[in-house]
Amino acid sequence: MSINRSILSVPLRFSLLLLLFFQLSGTQVYAVNPDVSNSEEAIAAGKTVFNANCRTCHRLDSKNVGPALRGVTDRHSIEWTKKFIKNSQALIASGDAEAVAISSQFNNLVMPAHEFLSDTDLMNLLAYIEYGDKADPAAAAAPADGVQAGATGGSGIPSEYLTIILVVLVVVLLLILIVLGLIISILTKYLGSQKLDAADEEYINQKFDFKKLIKSDGFVVIITTLVIAFTVKTALDEILTIGVQQGYGPKQPIAFSHQLHAGQYEIECQYCHTGVEIGKSANIPSANICMNCHTHIQNVGGKEGISPEIAKIYAAVDNNQPIEWVRIHNLPDLSYFNHAQHVAVGGIECQTCHGPIQEMEVVYQHSALTMGWCIDCHRQTDINSKGNEYYDKLVQLHSNSKEALKVKDIGGLECAKCHY
Amino acid sequence: MTENKKTYWKGLEQLTNDPEFVKNAEKEFPEMPTILGNEEGASRRDFLKLMGFSLAAASLAACEAPVRKAIPYVNKPVDVNPSIPNYYASTFSSGGDYASIVVKTREGRPIKIDGNELSPINKGGISAIVEASVLSLYDKQRLAGPYINGTKSDWATIDSEVKAKLASAGTVKIVTNTVISPSTERVLQQFAEVFGSAEVITYDPISNYGITKAAETSYGTAMLPSYNFDKANVIVSFGADFLGTWISPIEFAKQYGQGRKISKEKPVMSRHFQFESNLSLTGANADYRTPIKPSQSGLAVLALYNAIAKQAGVATVSGAIEIAHLDKAAKELWANKGKSIVVSGSNDPNVQVVVNAINDLLENNGVTVDFSKPSYFRKGDDSKMNQFVADLKAGLIGGVIFYNCNPVYDFAKGAEVAEGIAKAKVSVATNSTMDETASMVQYIAPDHHYLESWNDFYPRKGEYSLSQPAISPLFDSRQAQDTFLVWAGAATNYYDFLQQNWNTTLFAAQTETANFQEFWDRSLFNGVYSIPSESTPVANVADLASAASYVAKAYKAESAGTELAIYTKVGIGNGTFANNPWLQEMSDPISKATWDNYLTVSQKWANENGLKMSEGETKKAKITVGGKSLIVPVLVQPGQADETVGLALGYGRTKAGRVADGVGVNAYELVDSSKGFTNFDVTEGISIELTSEVYKIAQTQTHQTYMGREFVIQEATLGEYKEDASAGRYQPKIYKEGEFVKPSKISLWKGHQYSQHHWGLAIDMNSCIGCGACTIACQVENNVSVVGKQEVLNRREMAWIRIDRYYSSPAEATSNKELEVAADNPEVTFQPMMCQHCNNAPCETVCPVAATTHSSEGLNQMTYNRCIGTRYCANNCPYKVRRFNWFKYHDNKDFAAVNVAQNDDMGKMVLNPDVTVRARGVIEKCSMCVQRIQAGKLTAKREGRKVKDGEINVACASACPTTAIVFGDMNDANSKITQMLKIQEDTTSAMKEVNEERAYHVLEEINVSPNVWYFTKIRNKDKSEA
Repeated sequence: MSINRSILSVPLRFSLLLLLFFQLSGTQVYAVNPDVSNSEEAIAAGKTVFNANCRTCHRLDSKNVGPALRGVTDRHSIEWTKKFIKNSQALIASGDAEAVAISSQFNNLVMPAHEFLSDTDLMNLLAYIEYGDKADPAAAAAPADGVQAGATGGSGIPSEYLTIILVVLVVVLLLILIVLGLIISILTKYLGSQKLDAADEEYINQKFDFKKLIKSDGFVVIITTLVIAFTVKTALDEILTIGVQQGYGPKQPIAFSHQLHAGQYEIECQYCHTGVEIGKSANIPSANICMNCHTHIQNVGGKEGISPEIAKIYAAVDNNQPIEWVRIHNLPDLSYFNHAQHVAVGGIECQTCHGPIQEMEVVYQHSALTMGWCIDCHRQTDINSKGNEYYDKLVQLHSNSKEALKVKDIGGLECAKCHY
Repeated sequence: MTENKKTYWKGLEQLTNDPEFVKNAEKEFPEMPTILGNEEGASRRDFLKLMGFSLAAASLAACEAPVRKAIPYVNKPVDVNPSIPNYYASTFSSGGDYASIVVKTREGRPIKIDGNELSPINKGGISAIVEASVLSLYDKQRLAGPYINGTKSDWATIDSEVKAKLASAGTVKIVTNTVISPSTERVLQQFAEVFGSAEVITYDPISNYGITKAAETSYGTAMLPSYNFDKANVIVSFGADFLGTWISPIEFAKQYGQGRKISKEKPVMSRHFQFESNLSLTGANADYRTPIKPSQSGLAVLALYNAIAKQAGVATVSGAIEIAHLDKAAKELWANKGKSIVVSGSNDPNVQVVVNAINDLLENNGVTVDFSKPSYFRKGDDSKMNQFVADLKAGLIGGVIFYNCNPVYDFAKGAEVAEGIAKAKVSVATNSTMDETASMVQYIAPDHHYLESWNDFYPRKGEYSLSQPAISPLFDSRQAQDTFLVWAGAATNYYDFLQQNWNTTLFAAQTETANFQEFWDRSLFNGVYSIPSESTPVANVADLASAASYVAKAYKAESAGTELAIYTKVGIGNGTFANNPWLQEMSDPISKATWDNYLTVSQKWANENGLKMSEGETKKAKITVGGKSLIVPVLVQPGQADETVGLALGYGRTKAGRVADGVGVNAYELVDSSKGFTNFDVTEGISIELTSEVYKIAQTQTHQTYMGREFVIQEATLGEYKEDASAGRYQPKIYKEGEFVKPSKISLWKGHQYSQHHWGLAIDMNSCIGCGACTIACQVENNVSVVGKQEVLNRREMAWIRIDRYYSSPAEATSNKELEVAADNPEVTFQPMMCQHCNNAPCETVCPVAATTHSSEGLNQMTYNRCIGTRYCANNCPYKVRRFNWFKYHDNKDFAAVNVAQNDDMGKMVLNPDVTVRARGVIEKCSMCVQRIQAGKLTAKREGRKVKDGEINVACASACPTTAIVFGDMNDANSKITQMLKIQEDTTSAMKEVNEERAYHVLEEINVSPNVWYFTKIRNKDKSEA
């Protein structure tokens, strides 16, 4: 339940953010330089350039590590912009006022040189920056509404109503109890005023005998059964948690924050975890991947100097000493798990197993990683067969069934899928 | 259907129904072992104490999870992704043994070697030795750096000392095994020039000097021809074990296999005659095999020449001998002129001259025996080497350098070499271990392993290949070529030298590309580079008469006394890789013995000497040849020629390392060098005495025997097959409700449905030659443990795939006389046996914990973490393919010496990370390489397509040099296996209707419905005879 909710909340929050950005940018007024092409090809080509070179630090409509870029041709001349992209440091060093101003505005963060970009590349890039991926108010709002509707419609009754219903139920039950008590006392009083034989008299006036109750066979049996059941249950639960490290979030050698990188800066998971779509291992990023950004970003929160945490990366690279991260997710050797199968083929979100990683300051093991947990998911998850010819025959053979094709239907519960 | 009346037996003890054999065969598992270190046996109380302790220990250990580290690269190489294998084309070469290979690496570690399909020589085939060579890379006994006089030194010191000493040493000689690398030859040349024309002496442990010398006599150039067994309809071999050990066995097996593939559409196959003393792998595959004595072999060749000459109308030469099947062979050879081949394993140049003459008469020259395409696998010159040894002994040699060779061990005059080394002023070796030769020299400059080296190869005219490092050097070794370049004062390193050499020779000679880098990259990617050329017959210039008269004199039709035929085993070869436990434990294809060499004797000899061998228990004998004696165990070998004994080379190492030292005896000491060539046929001065010492040879031949089951082997002759494609097939019928029906029609089970894949294997027993490459491939791929000799004796070997070798004879034998007849020259059949992945699996129904289950793709799955070791499944398996882990074979000091791959930190690098290393107390068995199936399926899924036939292959099938094992999806109408089995209907049912007449299930009558199909063995014989 908690997993489901957090998954839902992710796209929800993103769409809200998107909406916010749109409104912000929508209020800004700027005029695009007419030299910038708005042809589809130029925008598409520019997007490739942008994703490959700029996206790590820049967004179109929001401030990230660097400034929001849309409207740049309004704020600066095209020639100047090109120069800045190609080699901002040279421009700053030459004392260009605009360049120096921007640089100081962003704490003198160094933007790497892009001398390799051709003039066409740059013009395409500007086309994308100005015209690409414009958030359309209707489009942005619609999916957000859709998610909202889906979220409410999906679970039937909202949880706050549940509480109210429960409270009402309890009140009703209490009232019934009081009424019943009143009825009993009225009846007792009534019978006391009547003439009855001795046996009935005794029955009516009997006192509740606590000792007798405790000594009664039924009571002993019930209590013993309960105690045994409780003990066994506790013991079993305890045994089943041996080796289960759910919630395990050890201190890492570098205080790396997923909240900052994945959450705030929205860096794609695959940017660092390069193996996730191609192989078994998702890969802990090697230091050279960190250095792609941290060559330039040397501190956090706009502070001067080098952050002691980032310095550890530099030390690792300088001394050729790998960073010894503490492994959090430890599957036993006897089970085989492959990231590519789940992410690239199954289309599972990282958060499904790893939880709200974009909110984690320190990463912890979100899921139990027990066999039962794996199997449950295999029982419930539909096969992502769309557009994948591999599954054609299986889908066709399954077409008579009312249920969707699930992992369990194609051997997802078999031993040798994970154990060999 | 013709009824098959033969008796099949795995060993003589089975033929005679020896009580010991019966006792063992009835039990799936041997008696419970006594607990190690407790001779009196452990009491029940001890057992309970241990149980209690381990339970407590286990729960305590489980509470505190250890902190594990995840350590990424500092700077990840672009091509290396954890968990994703990389493949590099390279080349295996040791001496002249050659194979173009593809190396699979994981996280930068080579873990598996496959054949390179682009190679025109081995065409994707591979052998046990090449497969296993990846473990030698991680051998901790390799030298960790240079040594001077037995103490560790450094490269700067050794360089300056050797340079200075060599300069003043006088005559310098470089001793080497065959070098087939043109660039290395140039390096040696350059080196030789600097040190006063130092001469390079080449010898080969398994010398083929006879052929090269004869080629010089016959055709003017010393060389080996190329052989094309695939173009031969008739094959005649005199003692040449070309499928197992002779010159280029992978290549020949590939060619031979093509001639043994048979179908209803093409009911033709080659006919193979073999005349030999020991039962070799090649002899075991022959259609007609005649045991002869080594002293007759020359005359036999001469007689064949005469028989053919008569038909050709050419003058005959003197010399005659009566040998069974020889006339028949001559007739058929003549009838297949230009489509036949005659080879001889003799190292006598005169015999080889006669063989050349025969092939010329048959017009095979330029077709099946091609002297216009010389091979360079063997360049050894025995006479030069003998001269060198004499000079060395006489102290005439100032400096000697042993370039990756070990003559002290593997040359007939090894003792003399050892004596002479001390007399040289400077002695150097580049050997990578402290072996018999290296331990005697002053300077050792250890070479890299071949998987750490750059090199090029020129195995045959027009054929080049490259090797590239698949891993950074593990030790402080240095490539020998670099060492020579440094000592010669060259400024270049070998990699540049190599590229430069290719640039000026091969690149300059071609016109395809103008860019050298492109040419180099492509050649390196492919691993091979070919320059096509036409084959032409080469004119024979020899005077046959002189060779013939020598042969007529030197060989005898009748001779008294026992003769010794020294041979090479498929697994151990010349002994270079003896320290490899996989090869030591590989059971010999013929004798099924492991961890030993032994004197093979005939049953007749055993009867005469009162030796009765049963279940590996035998006696030792003392063999004396010209004053040298060895004490060696005796093994009764069916098919051994009368009055001959055989002994394998490659054993008796003293300084190979902890695995091989002291295993067997060194047969090189008995090799005869009195005739000017290295002679492996010792015909005179032999005496053998049986001692009373009892010895046990660890033979696996009677392990896993089917009790009272018939028709495991189904065979027919070619003639019978042509008449009836289902000849030799046993088609059992079961009585049910008034009629006889096929067993598959009666079943307790509903039957599985395989909606996507239905994996299966088709095994052609006709093209299976029994070489055992599959068994090692399986061992590497699936992390199969090595258990050591004692455990093999206890019948507990762990191999997932075994090759059952059956002898067949007309009837059972009870008396000694009958035994002799049966064992005289039996037919041999090989049957690879692994888990049959039954659709009605008997193992699955008896497992109390459901640890072995069936998959929706036809696999029988074994789940180790679920197994509790009751062994019910193994007891219920009719094929006896399940193995029990009696011990913890990994990280156990008791097995550290043999199970290297699972015990030392270096050896563990060879393990396949995708396959679990099994714990003690669980059953394991063939998984049909499920890890490869899963990986292949994932690739297809990621690319959004169906699995292509051939993209997934199991380890045994991909290693098979004759493609006798075919793996595939029987639900895929276009797959090779579906077409081989002629499965027509498109069904998802587990029970497939197979229309191929030759295909059968072993033990079809019990209807366990395996997913492994066998194809009947067809012998190209005129009539059925055992």
